Amino acid sequence: MDDPLIIADRSYSSRLIMGTGGAANLAVLERALKASGTELTTVSIRRVDTQGGTGVLEVLERLGIDPLPNTAGCRTAAEAVLTATMAREALGTPWIKLEIVGDDRTLLPDAVELLDAAAQLVADGFTVLAYTNDDPVLALRLEELGCAAVMPLGSPIGTGLGIRNPHNLELIVARATIPVILDAGIGTASDAALAMELGCAGVMLATAVTRATDPEAMAAAMRHGVLAGRLAHGAGRVPQRFWAQASSPPR
Amino acid sequence: MEIQVNGTVREVPDGATVTTMLGALGVPSRGVAVAVDGVVVAKTDHDRTVLPDGAEVEVLTAVQGG
Repeated sequence: MDDPLIIADRSYSSRLIMGTGGAANLAVLERALKASGTELTTVSIRRVDTQGGTGVLEVLERLGIDPLPNTAGCRTAAEAVLTATMAREALGTPWIKLEIVGDDRTLLPDAVELLDAAAQLVADGFTVLAYTNDDPVLALRLEELGCAAVMPLGSPIGTGLGIRNPHNLELIVARATIPVILDAGIGTASDAALAMELGCAGVMLATAVTRATDPEAMAAAMRHGVLAGRLAHGAGRVPQRFWAQASSPPR
Repeated sequence: MEIQVNGTVREVPDGATVTTMLGALGVPSRGVAVAVDGVVVAKTDHDRTVLPDGAEVEVLTAVQGG
């Protein structure tokens, strides 16, 4: 089945974008990434010598996965722009997952800083994938600014609460002309499938796999969940009915 | 002279460049980005960028995250 995810100038056969945070070690991470079938995976930018090291890049290289640097940990547009610039320098990619959170307890996006940073980064030639609230108006604004993809959350990062406002996601999808990638809050495979059924172009997740009891198995589950949801979205589901309708002939 | 690298005070020879500093720290230049006093220094400029006395240097790389 040839049904690629196209973001900016790149095409991916997998619609699952993975994160690398939370894995117990690199060996576990590598097996999970492989099982997920992902071709695009996020990394964070931090001071050298801090725990984590640079081994993660070698893992991605070995698996043929494109690294997608993020601006996780940034609170202001200025911090995010500097981090993106450092990421471009370190990894040699103009792609950036723009993430600016308002506070540590919710890790919810700060819309004001986000718009400011998105405008600056697009002007500077970055390919911006913007982590955003499930806000249809904000998603449109980000598209108008020139973002390559919008990444609305299902629920706060790391909560595993799934998709709290499916209708908002449908509204975002209905108006977007750039890929909408559900990001954050996925807990299990049915959440990933639901995101795709709602019309998302892809799903991004980390915690649900890396902190699962068996990350490799959950990664495979996510791969199938995304595939199932994508197929279901295109297959045209039956209308929901209040009363039963027999599927067998009467006699 | 003294500079700060990722918040830690380091002694480097006067006239040290970004390249010599990375070498002294044992950090490979591949996969890292360097900012001196808040300004990103492109890899192609590492050789010719001399660190000022008291420079605040950040050396960043990719780690697990997101």
